[in-house]
Amino acid sequence: MPEEIRRDEVRRLVEAGAQLVEVLPSPEYEEEHLPGAIHLPLKHIDARATEVLDRGRPVIVYCWDTA
Amino acid sequence: MDGKLDWMAAGWPTEGTNTQHPRAGDIAHRDVPTCTLSEKLGAVRERVKAAGWDAAVVVNEQRVVLGLLRSKELAGHADLRIEQAMRPAPSTCRPFVSLHEMAHFMVEHSSESAPITTSDGRLVGLLLQKDVAGELRRER
Repeated sequence: MPEEIRRDEVRRLVEAGAQLVEVLPSPEYEEEHLPGAIHLPLKHIDARATEVLDRGRPVIVYCWDTA
Repeated sequence: MDGKLDWMAAGWPTEGTNTQHPRAGDIAHRDVPTCTLSEKLGAVRERVKAAGWDAAVVVNEQRVVLGLLRSKELAGHADLRIEQAMRPAPSTCRPFVSLHEMAHFMVEHSSESAPITTSDGRLVGLLLQKDVAGELRRER
């Protein structure tokens, strides 16, 4: 089940092995992303998620802000 | 999560091409003297001078910025409480703002210095206009 979390929890989960995914388009990812984030643009997420992500580990998805 | 913007506003590390150039949080002085609302101006002034500064940031126990003391405010009567002497609620900027943007902002507002804070108002450091100008000259 998806759950909304705050930045402290993001850091804790990533340290514990969670996968971090940025869904913004390429230029924004290339300019700046969270350390170690995988790039999976929103329009490709359905097609590529199973290929790119490990089903056995939690996944944290983020974009620019809460909107 | 609150998104990339929130992470960057906290001054936490990121990766990517933007990180190749220093930004506000990178060159802000984290050692800027701080004081609290209830202190007396005279005592704070002595402490600030002894530290080699002519500015101080007024913060609460959580280091949330409440005010700013520049040289003009520091020159006030020694018995004033900081609450009475400070410039209250100064404009603050986030650590990820580029130095070009900061230069524009500081010139527009005639600011020699600007407190850099996280999105929840906690002090990261004090950015000085002379450092911004110097860094931009070096980058050219």
